Amino acid sequence: MLMSTLQQNHSEHIDSETGKLGMWIFLFTELFLFGGLFLVYAVFRAKYSEDFHTAADELNTFIGTLNTVFLLVSSMTVAMSVTAIQKNNRKLALFLVLVTLVLAGLFMMNKYFEWSHKFEYNLYPGSEVLKNLPRGELLFFGLYYMMTGLHALHVFIGMILLSINIVKIGKGTVNQQHYLMLENSGLYWHLVDLIWIFLFPLLYLIT
Amino acid sequence: MKNEGVHISSYSSHGIVLTVLLALTTLSVMVTDWHLGAFSVSVALLIASIKVSTVITYFMHVKFESLFLKLLIAGVFVIYALVIIITFIDYFLR
Amino acid sequence: MSNSETGSHVSYLEHKGKYKGILSWLLTTDHKKIGLLYLYSVVVFFFVAAILGVLMRIELIAPGETIMGPQTYNGMFTIHGIIMIFVIVIPALPAIFGNFFLPIMIGAKDVAFPKLNLFSYYLYLIGAIFGVLSQFIGGGAPDTGWTFYVPYSAESSTNVIYALVAAFILGFSSILTGLNFIVTMHRMRAPGMGWFRMPLFPWSLYATAWIQVLATPIVGITLLMVIAERVVGIGFFDPKLGGDPVLFQHLFWIYSHPAVYIMILPGMGIVTEIFPTFSQKPVFGYTAILFSSLAIAFVGYFVWGHHMFTAGISYGSRWFFSFLTFIVAIPSAIKVFNWISTMYGGSIDLKPPLLYAISFIFLFMIGGFTGLTLGAVAANVQVHDTSFVVAHFHYIIFGGMGFAFFAGIHYWYPKMFGRMYSNKLANIAWGINFAGFNLLYFPQFVIGLQGMPRRYFDYLPQFQTGHVLSTIGAFVLFTGLVLMVFNLVYHARRGAIAPSNPWHGVTLEWLIPSPPSHENFDVIPEIKTQPYLFGNKSDNKSN
Repeated sequence: MLMSTLQQNHSEHIDSETGKLGMWIFLFTELFLFGGLFLVYAVFRAKYSEDFHTAADELNTFIGTLNTVFLLVSSMTVAMSVTAIQKNNRKLALFLVLVTLVLAGLFMMNKYFEWSHKFEYNLYPGSEVLKNLPRGELLFFGLYYMMTGLHALHVFIGMILLSINIVKIGKGTVNQQHYLMLENSGLYWHLVDLIWIFLFPLLYLIT
Repeated sequence: MKNEGVHISSYSSHGIVLTVLLALTTLSVMVTDWHLGAFSVSVALLIASIKVSTVITYFMHVKFESLFLKLLIAGVFVIYALVIIITFIDYFLR
Repeated sequence: MSNSETGSHVSYLEHKGKYKGILSWLLTTDHKKIGLLYLYSVVVFFFVAAILGVLMRIELIAPGETIMGPQTYNGMFTIHGIIMIFVIVIPALPAIFGNFFLPIMIGAKDVAFPKLNLFSYYLYLIGAIFGVLSQFIGGGAPDTGWTFYVPYSAESSTNVIYALVAAFILGFSSILTGLNFIVTMHRMRAPGMGWFRMPLFPWSLYATAWIQVLATPIVGITLLMVIAERVVGIGFFDPKLGGDPVLFQHLFWIYSHPAVYIMILPGMGIVTEIFPTFSQKPVFGYTAILFSSLAIAFVGYFVWGHHMFTAGISYGSRWFFSFLTFIVAIPSAIKVFNWISTMYGGSIDLKPPLLYAISFIFLFMIGGFTGLTLGAVAANVQVHDTSFVVAHFHYIIFGGMGFAFFAGIHYWYPKMFGRMYSNKLANIAWGINFAGFNLLYFPQFVIGLQGMPRRYFDYLPQFQTGHVLSTIGAFVLFTGLVLMVFNLVYHARRGAIAPSNPWHGVTLEWLIPSPPSHENFDVIPEIKTQPYLFGNKSDNKSN
């Protein structure tokens, strides 16, 4: 691999290939972070497949699918925003990142309604109702909350990153020459989408 | 300068990718109504894997990145898969 | 040559940057200063944990309660382990010598992400402080052991959550350091330095960094799961709720075994630099050592179950993990052959770094062989959870990584501080350390085989002789360590001025002044040859 220009580069900007590699490695760590939860899921699904099926029926497949659509579209919009900034179309880039942010917000709203609906039925980790469920169902809900909870945290972090980009595109510090921040935030956002792509069938579509 | 030789994905390619992803999502929801028994997990994971690969290849631009990055991403998934498989050497054979 | 000693050179320690005084340290992004920040923190925390160890040894000098009760003892071995593992042994070599020397040895001015580097340090400090806090707050010092096994870690009324949070934060610091190093090596090597012209210490850091990045997150999420068990009873590991405590062990060791390779690989990298320098001869088998490092990192990822042979895992699992454990020993053995072959026929200069490096081989081999004893399923049943395990891991971690650390600090001290320490004091300290170390830990193999359990504050009278010898060894070793540190601290400002290349080394750090200037190189070198050429007839034999 050729040497980077960073050797003689004393500017504020990190070379984009360097920055991108750094972000990819960070994404790998996120994959393994969620990976631990997926492993626990795999073990208990194998052990309690009936219970998992019963418990999954409590989840609203329509909302889950809607959330999937929101995230997939938002992945497209953020990917398009990179194209836009590469083509020096600042306004379009700004608009697309904004749309991404709105879709993220809609996802979070759905998540809020889903969770509060379950809380109304006293279906949360540590509740008496949960303790009286068959063991596999209890574990399913534990996994459901922990996995979607950790995921929602990452959606939230992604929303912060997107907001920072909106400000920077507006100010012009993210532009056609220097858009590493947008590109890396896009990569992070796609990761959030990737994790959901696995979560959705595993939690909502169990037959 | 930075943008020389950098591939720029077109808006329409992103649109096509989204269409594919939405179609696959529809498929995976429909599949839950088919009674596949033990295969249902595998089919669900297979469709999810195709979706994930699509997002990585196109939205995350990996198709146009270096061979090194492609191998790296594949390698990371392989290592993770091995961890799951090896853990199940315990669980399946107890 | 503009990179050799010049009268106008300003050391990085005197560099006038954006900040002055203490802020020039607290807000530095200079990899060298960050390396020193880590060094000073590590030394302080090491002595805290070492004193805890000495206190444990005092307790164990006689059966029954000697100076502390069982609850206190449990708290002691827990925090001793947490500090030693998460605050000392995992971070130290990459964060100190990796930070200081990786950029220099590849001909770079700094790491890829200098600000992230400083952030890693602060995460480290905050994590370490959380660990210390866990001793003094509310429910009392955690007593679960550093391994946090469920169900006890979910039930203990002590401050387990603080310790879990500490480990989580420290893990995050480790991940970011590994990330930084990987990108640095990919993107910032000097012109002409292809991958196979990179010296072997950077290569060891590369293998280590991948483990840091790909293994640590798993223990991160596992620690969060234990917090969830404690706070809401999430049930993953609780049999009453349908969970499996062995699943915790799987998740925990999936990280914690590769973690031991994070500990040892850079240590191996350090001695791999020392042997050629003090033999004035190229490394024997550069390629073999390189691929062995990568092999250890890769295979080591899949042997975690050898910590769980008696936990109730399947027969197939036990077979699988034992087999791979024996396989992973092979690349380490290859390295031992290569180190010895490097010295063979060389012009040996037995300075303190080489003394520590040679004793490293001896202690590492004892640790490694006893690891094979533990890795054999049948033998494991006898020695699991006995002092034998304690002796094994101290030989390999302390005798291995620890002595490699001592070797490294004696090797690179002139470069880092621009001064020479006293060789005589260093040699005496080495002798005391070596004798004390073996007296401290070897008896533990014996009583372990005889049945002395680990983590017990009381024991049957037949084990007392071994314990007495071990406790004496602890005092001897502690004395040696104090002498060693005194030698280094005393001479940091008073030692003879160090030349740029006191040991006649050939890697890039020896071609710049001692101490280096702020940007390491006045002119980024262009690399035209492989790394270990000494300009003597041994060069023709290198590969």
